[in-house]
Amino acid sequence: MENYIVEMLNITKEFPGIIANDNITLKLKKGEIHALLGENGAGKSTLMSVLFGLYQAEKGEIRKNGKKVTINNPNDANALGIGMVHQHFKLVEVFTVLENIILGVEPVKSGFLEMEESKGKIMELSEQYGLKISPDSLIEDISVGMQQRVEILKMLYRDNEILIFDEPTAVLTPQEIKELLQIMKDLAAEGKSILFITHKLNEIMEVADRCTVLRKGKYIGTVDVDSTTKEELSRMMVGRDISFSVDKEESRPGEIILSIKNMTVASKTHKNNAVRNVSFDVRAGEIVCLAGIDGNGQSEFVYGLTGLEKLVSGSISLKGKDISKASIRERSASGMSHIPEDRHKHGLVLDYKLEENLILQRYWQPKFQKNQFIRFDEMRNYAEDLIERFDIRSSQGPTTLARSMSGGNQQKAIIAREIDKKHELLVAVQPTRGLDVGAIEYIHSQLVESRDAGKAVLLISLELDEVMNVSDRILVIYEGEIVGELDPKETTTQELGLYMAGAKRNTEKETGHAGE
Amino acid sequence: MDVVYYLIQNMLPVGIPLLLVALGGMFSERSGVINIALEGIMLFGAFFGALFVLNVQDSSMGAQTILLLGMLVAGISGLIYSLLLSFASINMKANQVIVGTALNMLIPAVILLFSKMFFNSDGITTSKSFYIREIPVLGQIPLLGEMFFQRTYLTVIIGFIILAIAVVLLYKTRFGLRLRACGEHPHAADSVGINVYKMRYAGVSLSGILAGIGGFFYAVGVMDGNVSGHTGVAGFGFLALAVMIFGQWKPIRIMFAAMFFAFLRTLAYSVSLIPFLFDLGIDQTYYKILPYLATMVVLALTSKNSRAPKAEGIPYDKSQR
Repeated sequence: MENYIVEMLNITKEFPGIIANDNITLKLKKGEIHALLGENGAGKSTLMSVLFGLYQAEKGEIRKNGKKVTINNPNDANALGIGMVHQHFKLVEVFTVLENIILGVEPVKSGFLEMEESKGKIMELSEQYGLKISPDSLIEDISVGMQQRVEILKMLYRDNEILIFDEPTAVLTPQEIKELLQIMKDLAAEGKSILFITHKLNEIMEVADRCTVLRKGKYIGTVDVDSTTKEELSRMMVGRDISFSVDKEESRPGEIILSIKNMTVASKTHKNNAVRNVSFDVRAGEIVCLAGIDGNGQSEFVYGLTGLEKLVSGSISLKGKDISKASIRERSASGMSHIPEDRHKHGLVLDYKLEENLILQRYWQPKFQKNQFIRFDEMRNYAEDLIERFDIRSSQGPTTLARSMSGGNQQKAIIAREIDKKHELLVAVQPTRGLDVGAIEYIHSQLVESRDAGKAVLLISLELDEVMNVSDRILVIYEGEIVGELDPKETTTQELGLYMAGAKRNTEKETGHAGE
Repeated sequence: MDVVYYLIQNMLPVGIPLLLVALGGMFSERSGVINIALEGIMLFGAFFGALFVLNVQDSSMGAQTILLLGMLVAGISGLIYSLLLSFASINMKANQVIVGTALNMLIPAVILLFSKMFFNSDGITTSKSFYIREIPVLGQIPLLGEMFFQRTYLTVIIGFIILAIAVVLLYKTRFGLRLRACGEHPHAADSVGINVYKMRYAGVSLSGILAGIGGFFYAVGVMDGNVSGHTGVAGFGFLALAVMIFGQWKPIRIMFAAMFFAFLRTLAYSVSLIPFLFDLGIDQTYYKILPYLATMVVLALTSKNSRAPKAEGIPYDKSQR
């Protein structure tokens, strides 16, 4: 009989209307990295919340070192040495790194906080595991990567030996992901046991020892990572074969749809312009990808293009019509569809129903409005039609609150709304961020379908695989400038990476802005 | 120089209630609950404090003892009244602004009713004087002695002691750290085992105590022992909210903000003593608008950069992400 540090046996957890975990068993060995794989909504987070004491299971039991334990709240979990890095960090932004780490277990001396001692311990841990932090900086001033290291240190400071990582790589840049995976390996080598929730197969293949797969709340199986393949894992996760390459025909670019000339957009965070003198065209029937490492002006570019920010200079024309100064509504009506980067902030009204969200771009049209009143019957019919056609899954159909839907389905709702609306240009900003392979495959096929229907598609992406697979033409943006135009069929990931890092460029450097 | 002494001596008893009530608001909002009921709580505390004084003023107790006991009574009454806000906004997850408004509207009416029933007047007026001509020893310090320790009230010293305690409590103790965490990111606090509901009860209760005391000090130091259902506390509770925002939810800054408003008010009431202002020939009533006008101007100018506790006003819901 093998030695397990944690066993979750036959766990069943129900929510009203749905069984989130149906008789799931998970066994964690000491010192291993155990991946928990599943699509969005498969029940991974619920299972981990049960282990961490945020939810209580209806059936089943949890054992630590073979002994049955009850975990009613995070304090119980902590006492058993179980710590968790949540997907959305639980850090107080206006506190220092140090304060965040000690919060809840603050050392006090005669009633007053005693920081120096804990600072010593934290810096020791920081060095031991290579978790670089600056203890006296405020959380709001440090990078996402460092915030995550703070979360990890929070667990280590509490002497946790079972570490749960809930989709830790979703918010990180490729470089940070590499560092994190190394840190996880180091932690495991030190004897910590790690549960790693993810839906990224590459990461599992790289670090995990074993992998448990869930699908729609059910236990599918546990496999040794060494003796399996990505294809096998994805089949277990989705229940069918998934193709990792995007099937598409040769593109047939037509007339110019979008033409951008010398566009410059100011930055909100610093004085320099975030986008500098960018010019390019997008034609009907092609997917142009704007690739770059996060923070090189992509967001500001999209804000300028879609009308969320004013341009400093330059012009945008859509089908020959100048829209540089047009309002967002006018741009949308002229044929621009926008799948925004932040689906919660710019894509959906989270506390509106799904059906209301689906007509956000069109509620003012006569089809949905009569004498200033919304035509609710039309709205319902339309929503039901979109839900059917785009396979948007939710617990209560058109009347589901957007907030309660899974990320993948929220994204599907936005895509349905933007694609079904009359449009010539589709601007998709990181459309697959945080989504599982099934949803990614679906979204890629939608982009290609849109292209084949003769639309111009502008994709902004950070993922190298996505850039290489989906696009017909790649533009690389670095520090707000277009530094290269590449053909995905002729270039390599390595070369693309060099352009993205600013080490190479094949367009002329603009000299006009030196004084800005 | 005499005018400067006069202004400072008169500013302090006005500034202290503002300071205490604003500190109360700070504790409440730092824990995540907007306390717009400060005005009502002040009046509630002032009424019971004054009622206590009315009952014992003819006994042999010393004036300052009565003041301290009255403060205790006012603090406890404020605490009790604030529990209504805690219960509604923390347990029942009600809208905090609406609850606060309701609590504000209730109190003046109740006081009027009871005063009419029992005293046949609009409120109660005590006759005990708490005025201190000069505090021994301290009053002899050159310059500072005359400014801070002559022609004053005990409330001033108590006010500054409470300020010091508030600073230490908020920044140097475990309690303060946890309280601030609850107002910024309650989910983070919860995930490390802090009971958010308990901390919010603590924050609102502290604000109840301080607002109650502040109300009593207002009645003593500004109104000469009068508490009326008609004039209430003359918007001091709301002014304290403005002071708190102007002070950016930080105790020392709140002190300066409170003194700024108190100074303006004192100035407005002392125009006839200041030749320069008096000679301008402006109707003195206009000067009395000053503190309130300054509130609007200051808030309009500072609110753009103000950073309120992030989670204030949002009932804590464990399940929401």
